[in-house]
Amino acid sequence: MRAYYFIENISLNSSLENNQLYNLIKMKILVCISHVPDTTSKINFINGDSEFDTNGVQFVINPNDEFGLTRAIWFKEQQGANVTVVNVGGTDAEATLRKALAIGADEAIRVNANPTDGFFVAKQLAEVVKNGGYDLVIAGKESLDYNGGMVPGMLAALTGADFVNSCIGLDINGTTAKAVREIDGGKETIAANLPLVIGGQKGLVEEKDLRIPNMRGIMTARTKALTILEPVGADNTTKAVKFEKPAAKSAVKLVNADNLDELINLLHNEAKVI
Amino acid sequence: MSILIYAESAEGKFKKVAFELASYAKKVAEMMGTTVTAVTVNAGDVSALSKYGVDKVLKVTNDKLASFNAKAYADVVKQAAQKEGTKVVILSSTTDSLYLAPLVAVGLNAGYASNVVALPESTSPFTVKRNAFSNKAFNITEVTTDVKVLGIAKNSYGVFESASSLTEEDFTPSLNDADFSVKIESVEKVTGKVTIADAEIVVSAGRGMKGPENWGMIEELASVLGAATACSKPVSDLGWRPHSEHVGQTGKPVAANLYIAIGISGAIQHIAGINSSKVKVVINPDAEAPFFKVADYGVVGDAFQVVPQLIEKLKAFKAAQH
Repeated sequence: MRAYYFIENISLNSSLENNQLYNLIKMKILVCISHVPDTTSKINFINGDSEFDTNGVQFVINPNDEFGLTRAIWFKEQQGANVTVVNVGGTDAEATLRKALAIGADEAIRVNANPTDGFFVAKQLAEVVKNGGYDLVIAGKESLDYNGGMVPGMLAALTGADFVNSCIGLDINGTTAKAVREIDGGKETIAANLPLVIGGQKGLVEEKDLRIPNMRGIMTARTKALTILEPVGADNTTKAVKFEKPAAKSAVKLVNADNLDELINLLHNEAKVI
Repeated sequence: MSILIYAESAEGKFKKVAFELASYAKKVAEMMGTTVTAVTVNAGDVSALSKYGVDKVLKVTNDKLASFNAKAYADVVKQAAQKEGTKVVILSSTTDSLYLAPLVAVGLNAGYASNVVALPESTSPFTVKRNAFSNKAFNITEVTTDVKVLGIAKNSYGVFESASSLTEEDFTPSLNDADFSVKIESVEKVTGKVTIADAEIVVSAGRGMKGPENWGMIEELASVLGAATACSKPVSDLGWRPHSEHVGQTGKPVAANLYIAIGISGAIQHIAGINSSKVKVVINPDAEAPFFKVADYGVVGDAFQVVPQLIEKLKAFKAAQH
């Protein structure tokens, strides 16, 4: 990754020359986007339970990625940054990348490969990071489809960058970062250096800060660059053999509101949880 | 060859997950005809691990590791695995272990299967069952590499005793400056309260509570049960409760023994986040609320009447127990 120097005293309104200088030195952010079924989707499988059934399913930006993307756009607007979004996937993911462009990313990259394994995806992203010289890489801490939770960490390990997972707050100043990490029962503040990889989640921004693409954004997004790269060779380390749905649940046992002793009895003697 | 676990501790005491991992690893070791080694960091007395089938402990004692640092801890686990010639490394799903697992996997050229919910279905090929699609499905995954890293889902296996004779060995991994490039500046931890991550019982409430001023009874119910408090997404979005209490698909996952949902209708995203909990109780005035479809026990009733009565009855029940 390239060295990054932030010069505080160059304002956006200064001369063209200065603006060009500013563009040369402003932070480069890469946001990794998974293209996942909407959170309300019914999950079904086809081909002998070996494949997810995409029929009738709406795809969205993975929510953990969207919090990171929104924070990246905040950096762009407040501190000056160039925001690239990247997905490893097929042509169907382009609609999701266009949505990211419509809410403010500057350009998009799609690595043309089936994202079969977290390590394979991390390898592809590492190549993009190496060639693009990004200062900050934000990926969701996990995707809501395979829930692997491994891509940001593996990407950091492969590129040698600093890494903060479960990140719920991030500020960048020059080449240093202050990140807040959620821990079990609290949070901690971490000082790190750029280049930095973040495993992001809600808290990077709040739900109310998320953006809905407007017409102008959607129109502009059509003219922004979407580059398609071919994958680099990488071995898979895992293989999804098949999927199963949870066994059907037995019906709820209803207890009369006037007979709460019965509820306590059931929890104690039947469920054995109190 | 032995199976390696990272047995987590805090302030010189093992966390419950350390014993759960040991119990799980013991079974895997039996399947593979090998033994269990645990690596510990500043754990103090490690003899408790002998109750759960651990054969050998690699004890790391190092002031530089006083606070958790993923890169450095990953290096510790990696070097312990290399020393033991380990083929299977088993980690938990605490935020710390989720942080270090992918680093360990890359360091050992290992495939990593997270969210594992049961013992391996087979050890050759090595296949495990894991949660996927946010608890809406299971995924059978084959780990195809020589060395494997498994992350065991919260509260999915249980703690089983199995006595062993334990060998302790001091272990000094070689750490370098790069391991400490990120620095922990401060830690804020809730004290004196059961956290959602550790809780065996979680009491959760939603918009049916009508306003933040009515949470007293939720907290009291939680306190009687020794439970953590949680809330639905709308409640945290409205600012009635802190974001750290939001449970669901985009909030915290809950895998408790008992989850009590009060005045929560049961949106699909909420259910996905709490569905790994073993027993679910729903209290809601609307008999048509979707939550009843996934609940084990239900009370159709108004929280403002049911909860205070339940508190009184539970207090009497608890008193009778002692």
